[in-house]
Amino acid sequence: MSHETTRFPFFHETKTLEGAKGWESMYPYYLVPSEETREHEDAQFWFADTMHWSRGCHPFDSIGAEAVYFGAGAFSTRIFALPVSLGLDVRVVNGYVYISPLAVTDPERIQERVAVFQERAGYYYANWDELYGKWKSKMEGAVDSLRTIEFPRLTEYDPAEVVTEARGRSSAMAVIENYHRLIDEFFSIWQYHFEFLNLGYGGYITFFQFCKQAFPLISEQSISRMVAGVDVLAFRPDDELRKLAALSHELDLNAIITSKGAPEAILAALAESTNGRTWLAAFEEAKDPWFNYFAEYGFTHDQETWASDLSIPLQGISRYAVKIAAGEDISRPIGRLRDERDEIVDEYRALLTADEAQQFDELLGLARKVFPYIEEHNIYVEHWSHNVFWDKARELGAFLVDAGFLTEAEDMFYLNRFELDTVLADVVQSWAIGVPARGVSRWNTEIKRRKPIVAALQAASAPPAYGIPPQQVTDPFAVMNYGVTTDRVNDWLGASDSDGNSFNGIPGSLGVVEGPVRVLRSEKDLPLLQPGEILVAPITAPSWAAAFSVATGVITDIGGMMCHAAIVCREYGIPAVVGTGFATARLKTGQRVRIDGKAGTVVVLDTADADGAAERDAVPAPAVR
Amino acid sequence: MFTVEFSNPACQDVREVGGKAAGLAEMTAAGLPVAPGFAVTAAAYRRYLDEAGLRPFTAGVLAGLGTEVNQAAFDDAERTVVKRLGQVPLPEEIAAPIRDAYAQLCRDAGVADVAVAVRSSATAEDSVGASFAGEFETWVDIAGAENVVAYVHKCYVSVFAGRVLSYLAEKRIDPNAIEMAVVIQKTVRARSAGVMFTLSPTSGDRSKIVLEASWGLGLSVVGGEVTPDRFVVEKIGLDIAESSPGYKHIEYRRGDAPQEVAEERRLMLCLTDDEVTALAGMGKRLEKIHNSPQDIEFAVDEELPDGNNLILLQCRPETVWSNAVRKPVFDASAGMMSWITGSISGNPATSATDAAGVHNHSHQH
Repeated sequence: MSHETTRFPFFHETKTLEGAKGWESMYPYYLVPSEETREHEDAQFWFADTMHWSRGCHPFDSIGAEAVYFGAGAFSTRIFALPVSLGLDVRVVNGYVYISPLAVTDPERIQERVAVFQERAGYYYANWDELYGKWKSKMEGAVDSLRTIEFPRLTEYDPAEVVTEARGRSSAMAVIENYHRLIDEFFSIWQYHFEFLNLGYGGYITFFQFCKQAFPLISEQSISRMVAGVDVLAFRPDDELRKLAALSHELDLNAIITSKGAPEAILAALAESTNGRTWLAAFEEAKDPWFNYFAEYGFTHDQETWASDLSIPLQGISRYAVKIAAGEDISRPIGRLRDERDEIVDEYRALLTADEAQQFDELLGLARKVFPYIEEHNIYVEHWSHNVFWDKARELGAFLVDAGFLTEAEDMFYLNRFELDTVLADVVQSWAIGVPARGVSRWNTEIKRRKPIVAALQAASAPPAYGIPPQQVTDPFAVMNYGVTTDRVNDWLGASDSDGNSFNGIPGSLGVVEGPVRVLRSEKDLPLLQPGEILVAPITAPSWAAAFSVATGVITDIGGMMCHAAIVCREYGIPAVVGTGFATARLKTGQRVRIDGKAGTVVVLDTADADGAAERDAVPAPAVR
Repeated sequence: MFTVEFSNPACQDVREVGGKAAGLAEMTAAGLPVAPGFAVTAAAYRRYLDEAGLRPFTAGVLAGLGTEVNQAAFDDAERTVVKRLGQVPLPEEIAAPIRDAYAQLCRDAGVADVAVAVRSSATAEDSVGASFAGEFETWVDIAGAENVVAYVHKCYVSVFAGRVLSYLAEKRIDPNAIEMAVVIQKTVRARSAGVMFTLSPTSGDRSKIVLEASWGLGLSVVGGEVTPDRFVVEKIGLDIAESSPGYKHIEYRRGDAPQEVAEERRLMLCLTDDEVTALAGMGKRLEKIHNSPQDIEFAVDEELPDGNNLILLQCRPETVWSNAVRKPVFDASAGMMSWITGSISGNPATSATDAAGVHNHSHQH
């Protein structure tokens, strides 16, 4: 197999999925491959960002793909001028988000960018703690600001205050204004997301490179263990579950907490006793903000948070409670974890010469300075901000139902952000003159057309890549964050040739384990997971930690060593192979596999019949030669 | 003093007993599992050369070699010296203490005429960096006091082997300065045996411990006669990072001749995970004791119970990577921002050590 002749399909070669004809019209034109951009698209290598969008996305939800890669691009290309990286180009294909690293190759331009980068990034590294402190305030402000957004009902007469406060403009203006604020502030938050991210990775990667040179065979797990924080924000939601489980044990409530009832029934049963009410008070206390936590990353409007689906945290608490009852110690002893980390560091350091040790100290210091951002930023952006953003989007849906434009709030998500803007203009302007909105039928017909299309897109898995792969994947961010390495790409290319009995991923977390798999497409399926099963999912989400304590192993489609989820997996000692590209499409629930979290391999031991419930149509990625 | 037991602190004097015996004595003192035995000291060798004018004789032969490296001349010298030394047995003054020490070993082992390994443990002034890698002979399964004395004599003669003289010439070590101490050690009944480096011999990575092992005695591993099983262990944490079975078609049950290994055992790992981890732990301790990476031979004794069956046969400093000059990964003068710039641009620092590219690193015995 030679690189010159082996590639993935081009976008224009991809077949429209059955029932999905016309999908392109649902998204902003610049997110969709086109004739005008075909030459560029065919020259690039695109891989599926199923880490963030694990399912085909609704038209409105494509706003995330815009905001994320606008932020990433601006900071890489224009603000910090990363010498060889211009961020990631983005397309939506069959509803899935694909991204493509853009490289700078002209040596003169690289030189110029080096100078800009060193000056600008240098400022941030030199003032990191202060600027990161400011960032946290900025993010808290941004979340608070999102919370103030509202879409006032359109009533027969504008509220009296419009007159008594002599506002001089209709309250309907707030609908338009706040819609624009919702969009703009979401984009701003995604700018903030990238303010530190690439610099954080840069600091970490430099330490990483040092370790790889000083200890050529060192595992990535060992490196990240030296850097990882032991009491960062990322562990708080899960720690809350552990605490609540311990309290349940202490108050003798395990019989209720571990019962299989619906959340409402469990909570009602608890409310009947004094101990139960004590526990409920603690539960309520933990909810805000720690249950404002998506089971995945909150990139689609239909994901539940722990708060919106209390069965998720209750299930986690129940699992921990069972362990405590069995005499297991589930606490995370911060002091001991920190001592262990220091001991590992000391041992590696002792193997170095004095000169090496000096660089090791400097770079470990840098890595530890920047790492909290890498570990914590998801809480602020993906969990807390997204939580409010989607709440507000749903409020807008309710507003449109109230205004008689939509029959269901959910329908809103079948329109993209620009279409919604026109809808709102139609609604308020029609309201102002007392006529029915002009596009009710037009848009409801369109929504009706789109529903089966979105369903068809979501029923398929994403092929891992399109276009011409590079001989070597060098983009450090593609490698570190997405787990897209040269080996992985070659595996994807070879996928259609292989016997299907084994495939590879990125070693995510140490350990070898054999067992039946449970393929889960979303957090809603988590209750299906049985003790002893190996969890297979599009991504590993940190909020699944409690489930990981039941699973014996984890396999994911996408993700690298540094994806936030992998960090948490290692912390909890769960063997994992991540970034396999297509495990959810390849494996069927019930099949036995052996995974080696050190080597990053998955071997299928049998081909047992799949559990039909979890089965989906797979779109294979045939290699084109 | 012509003999000294491993358990005697005097046996840690490398000048008098050579690196091999001193290493065993140090391991014994550290409480590490070593097969019991004793060293015949360099003083005994010096005393032997005092016999019958041997010292002026060998010096004369060696002086005749000149400074040129000439294998044919070395081989001629070997023939001349072997003939003469063969005519001069060990004097009773040396042979008697050897017989006594052997008798004590037999008593300690509870076996009459216990089988022993006779191994050279050469020492020389100004030869700290030299390993005498595999140059001198080792014999296993020698039994009976007279045989032991005879093999000590063989050991003395082996100093003048043509290939040894050639090695010494290349290392610029004066053969006259060599003093041959000898290790006499109870033969291990090896189920499996092999070699352990407390760094990765291929990459120089000091955070790894690498073991190679095969069935039976370690001869097949050291001699490259089998593809051994290979184990890579994390020095920090002692997790096994890699276990790859080799193809072990022969094994030495005794020192003399190899025998076929049954087909079904050839690909079977010859060490358990627990054994690998325990051995690596010993390797790590030895590295700490010596404050440098070590090259260690070990065996699993089938006559001893599990958990108590690991025996360290020898330990010596690793020389190739340890002697290489190591430079920090990044150019210290360039500064942190330049390191970061390189790392995020896909051009990290250049090679960390001058020894990179050393691939022919072999175990030395």
